[in-house]
Amino acid sequence: MQILQAVAKNQPDLSPLPNTFKETQIETESLQLFRQVLSEIGGQSVLIPDIGALAGSIGSLFPGVMRKVSTIPALAHIAEICDTDQLPHELENVGLAIIEGVFGVAENGSVWLTEAQMGLRILPFICQHLVLVIRKKQILDNMHQAYARIADTDYGFGTFIAGPSKTADIEQSLVLGAHGPKSLTVLIVS
Amino acid sequence: MEKPTGKHARLAEQFNADEARVDWHDETLFWIRNKRDKAANKINDWEALRTQASAIKNNVLSNLHNYLLEFEERALDNGIQIHWATDAAAHNQIVLDILRQHSITELIKSKSMLTEECQLNEFLEQHEVGVIDTDLGERIVQLAKEPPSHIVLPCIHKKKEEIGILFAEHMGTAPGESDPQVLTAAARLQLRQAFMTRRAALTGVNFAIAETGEFVVCTNEGNADMGAHLAEVHIAAMGIEKIIPRREHLGVFLRLLTRSATGQPITTYSSHFKKPRAGQQMHIILVDNGRSAQLGREDFRNSLKCIRCGACMNTCPVYRRSGGHSYHNAIAGPIGAILAPNLDMEKYADLPFASTLCGSCTHVCPVKIDIHDQLYKWRQVIVKKGIADPVKVVAMKSMAYTLSNPGAYKLAGKTGKWLLKHLPLVAKNNFNTWYKNREMPAVPKTSFNDWYIKQQNDE
Amino acid sequence: MKVGLFIPCYVDQFYPESAIATLQLLRKLGVDVEYPLNQTCCGQPMANSGFAHLTSGCEALFIQNFARFDYIVSPSGSCTLHLKEHLHSAHAPQSALALRHKLYELTEFLTDVLKVSALNARFPYRVGIHQACHGQRGLKLAQMSELVAKPFSKPLSLLNMVEGIEMVDLTRPDECCGFGGTFCVAEEAVSVKMGKDRIADHISHGAEFITSTDMSCLMHLEGLLKRSGSKVKVLHIAEILNAS
Repeated sequence: MQILQAVAKNQPDLSPLPNTFKETQIETESLQLFRQVLSEIGGQSVLIPDIGALAGSIGSLFPGVMRKVSTIPALAHIAEICDTDQLPHELENVGLAIIEGVFGVAENGSVWLTEAQMGLRILPFICQHLVLVIRKKQILDNMHQAYARIADTDYGFGTFIAGPSKTADIEQSLVLGAHGPKSLTVLIVS
Repeated sequence: MEKPTGKHARLAEQFNADEARVDWHDETLFWIRNKRDKAANKINDWEALRTQASAIKNNVLSNLHNYLLEFEERALDNGIQIHWATDAAAHNQIVLDILRQHSITELIKSKSMLTEECQLNEFLEQHEVGVIDTDLGERIVQLAKEPPSHIVLPCIHKKKEEIGILFAEHMGTAPGESDPQVLTAAARLQLRQAFMTRRAALTGVNFAIAETGEFVVCTNEGNADMGAHLAEVHIAAMGIEKIIPRREHLGVFLRLLTRSATGQPITTYSSHFKKPRAGQQMHIILVDNGRSAQLGREDFRNSLKCIRCGACMNTCPVYRRSGGHSYHNAIAGPIGAILAPNLDMEKYADLPFASTLCGSCTHVCPVKIDIHDQLYKWRQVIVKKGIADPVKVVAMKSMAYTLSNPGAYKLAGKTGKWLLKHLPLVAKNNFNTWYKNREMPAVPKTSFNDWYIKQQNDE
Repeated sequence: MKVGLFIPCYVDQFYPESAIATLQLLRKLGVDVEYPLNQTCCGQPMANSGFAHLTSGCEALFIQNFARFDYIVSPSGSCTLHLKEHLHSAHAPQSALALRHKLYELTEFLTDVLKVSALNARFPYRVGIHQACHGQRGLKLAQMSELVAKPFSKPLSLLNMVEGIEMVDLTRPDECCGFGGTFCVAEEAVSVKMGKDRIADHISHGAEFITSTDMSCLMHLEGLLKRSGSKVKVLHIAEILNAS
């Protein structure tokens, strides 16, 4: 067809793909770097000893009354477990969502999660506050390691979440809480 | 929508009438350049990453035909519908057709410079489809009925007091309110209603992966996701050059993109869309609109490597002091100046000349586009096409003669100096543009040439 | 080694002292330097305006004048860069290419070829260095702030050999001055604003003199300085390195 024909005709001689990028190792320990960067980008992190301490931690971080939804079975006694049959719109009034992440990335304080962890795709975006739970030993150094870990996993949707939603569109003044959650807390299970 | 008309020099002159405002605009953008520098300097591998990204994109351009076919095949396997648009009009019609199929008359949009290029909003409004832009900066310029002035920071040219006035009129905030927190909170509430009710969402595409048929959308606000995960229909518009070969390459590009754009290590959300959610339709529109033609231009095809980070704009001393609107094009600044002449050489002939060729843009570009070299080359093309000012042509031809003939050159030099010394009004007048704000150089007693001859004779 | 001295057209006409200083400095350093009398211009003003196709006469004259030298040295980063990148000849392509490799801007010649490590110069004043873009980014006379790379500066290393000199810091060490050839009149408003901002940076850091490898930048800044009645003066780097 027209576009592809034009492209085939006009593209230059083949320029080879480079080999996989070899990054230099960073010196800072990944947990420390992750927590530091996350804090710089407006998020917060809390270290907890095990999954059992999750509920208590969430209770003290978010003591108020609000609709809490989670996809972590161990939290069934403090939050609704996300019903994936409902319409995404029904999550509009969720105050707090608690979702497990697959891994964290130290260089940018982000957490990777897919639809499998989210239950419904809208959940980590529509809530007012978001808590992501990762294991300490699942903190990678950088994005190259991240994609090596993701490899060829099949997902319908996945995302890196780095801190709370934000904008600086008004005179470069940083405001946390644009359209996504106003806060992000990462609970790191050691 | 009011688009500025006229050429860059005239528009830039108007922009410079308010010097305090130019200072504010310039300092804000240079501050963002500084943030980029700080972020880049934290990455030891920064220059190696740029080299890698450039090489990957060179490969993409040289194999684009096959990558596009691969992408289409994988995306179709994923359950995504693929459309091809030869130009802006075709793109706009495809969007309209999809909406009409679903009897949808209201669209919610997240940021897409491609749709600015295609003037989608105006087209849809003409066909009675309401469009709400949800990126806060885009929403602001939408309310102001202006185009964005920067590809990443759409309303960088607007002060908060001006935004406050817009919001008082359209968003119900209190008159005189200009606190960014308050204004943003008002936008959050109002736009949330739009997310909840609109059935179709249109997003841009930052990267499309040939290997897997997925695409990535990067935002800080979460608006692309709020739109896409609630809407029945998700339309993603992308230029054909946005392809990258493999998922692993995202490691390189996602490390470079936001650090180059704003100095952040990554955007808040880097969302990878691979399949529509259950019950949803997902569409990708692959748009050419001059890209295949640019691909055929040996000197200018590298401009298609662009990942739309805006770093070139932030660093450009001319952009910072003339503002995005003075480029009268969807994409302003250095990258705009090398992309636009391909689309309409006459209309955009002024843009490659809106530069001192300082080269700063080339060296902040994360994919190593030789921007300032392309600016120089476009100048040659434009003049050869006969789109140069005839007065300039005459002046240049006479300069060429004088500078190829030592006798003529020395005579011109002597004459010029004599006139400056004895008839200074020849230069010191209102017709001499140099003299408007600068003194003429002093007339020395002798040229170097004459001095050299004299000291040789004295020996 | 025989060095041919290439002097930019506007320096020959309006700033001969910087050319004289260049010649004297090279001779002081023991260089056998000659100035071919029939030279004119490098062709850059035409080429940068889109008229590169008119420069062949200019280029032929350059090749004719300079082919016989071992090195060609010029006190101008932008002229040197233009010739290195664009000098060509339809009927003697090899000569043109060979010449490109022999071209040096003054400070890079002093640093890379003569390997100067000391200067007998004195200039007890506060001096700001304007890093002219083509020399800095094009000829790599000094590291540019855009890159994540080790800092270095050939002009600054030489200036630091001058007795009594005090180099001032700048807020924006390598922003363009706005001269840009015909840009200075074609986009006068922006050009002037860029120049004023550079000057304000130097003045706010206490510079008494602004120096550079390029007289074109300095000519533009001087025009603005004089119009504003400033006491700050411009001086080509050759004149400082040759000062006693």
